[in-house]
Amino acid sequence: MNTTVADTYGSAPTDFYCAKEPPAHNGTLIGFWIYLMSDCFVFAALFVSYAVLGTSYAGGPTGAEVLDLPGLAVNTALLLISSVTFGFAMLQMQKRNKAGMLMWLAVAGLLAACFVGLEIHEFLGMIAEGAGPDRSAFLSAFFTLVGTHGLHVTVGCLWLIVLMVQVGRFGINEANVRRLQCLSMFWHFLDLVWVGVFSYVYLVGVLV
Amino acid sequence: MSHSSEHAMPSEHEQHGDSMHVHHGSVRGYLTGFVLAAILTVIPFWLVMGHVIDSREVTIFVVLALAVVQIFVHIVYFLHLDTRSEGGWNMMAFIFSAVLVIIVLGASIWVMYTENKLMMPMSTQSTMQPMQQPMRQPMQPPEQ
Repeated sequence: MNTTVADTYGSAPTDFYCAKEPPAHNGTLIGFWIYLMSDCFVFAALFVSYAVLGTSYAGGPTGAEVLDLPGLAVNTALLLISSVTFGFAMLQMQKRNKAGMLMWLAVAGLLAACFVGLEIHEFLGMIAEGAGPDRSAFLSAFFTLVGTHGLHVTVGCLWLIVLMVQVGRFGINEANVRRLQCLSMFWHFLDLVWVGVFSYVYLVGVLV
Repeated sequence: MSHSSEHAMPSEHEQHGDSMHVHHGSVRGYLTGFVLAAILTVIPFWLVMGHVIDSREVTIFVVLALAVVQIFVHIVYFLHLDTRSEGGWNMMAFIFSAVLVIIVLGASIWVMYTENKLMMPMSTQSTMQPMQQPMRQPMQPPEQ
């Protein structure tokens, strides 16, 4: 009689709270996903400022005058192919093929580096023409949004180099698999943001 | 150490399966995503660079609609987001963020566009010029 009472009041609450709840298999991935979602808000804020200020030219150049669509097409293709080749690297990782994975990672990294290089070239060209971020609210918003994305890609490239060294030294172990899965999400996420950038900032920006 | 962890990984994968883990892609999945994304990229470039549609508003609408479709292609084929990954929490976080982003974007653009529209007579310099000059002139003599 007494033991039943003790069981009911003593052990039932602990069972209820957490005894049956399995721990997350890999908490880092959901955590990283939530970081990416918060990064969405950073980009959303920058998109909003561009949407609001995008036509404030202050007598300076308009979008149609400074935005380079053929260059944009090259950049978009580079980033999309880089995204797919990173996916191929992840498939090689599942097969535990270290050499194949490093090869695809190198291709993805090179494509992203070309993207950053072309973007810097475009920015320097615009600044040389007098269409720098200090010219008008439109250009400030443009450089902040596109520059923030470019900075993300640059950091992704550095992260990729670090992970390639890690994999080269320690192989495809559990820690490296987890890190590569996070970088893979980051990489695809940046390509997703670029869809918004090239559609809204460039293609619509040229029309407005 | 490294030997044991390398062997622990595949067995762990098989035990948990994909239900509690990030959904893995396939070559076919990535290529499907790539082809769809490429098509959804080429169409808006063609529309804008080729001046295909006369109406500016229709072109903008189509470009933005294709961008939304392409974002979903990326989410499904590249980020492998589905209701099963991480026990559904990825999807929950995504829906939450998507709703907030839509509210932030939509409401800000709506408010600022309406405000600009209401302020429009002020921003045209030609109508303001005759009104500003008589007001400034009385201010200047004390300075000179």
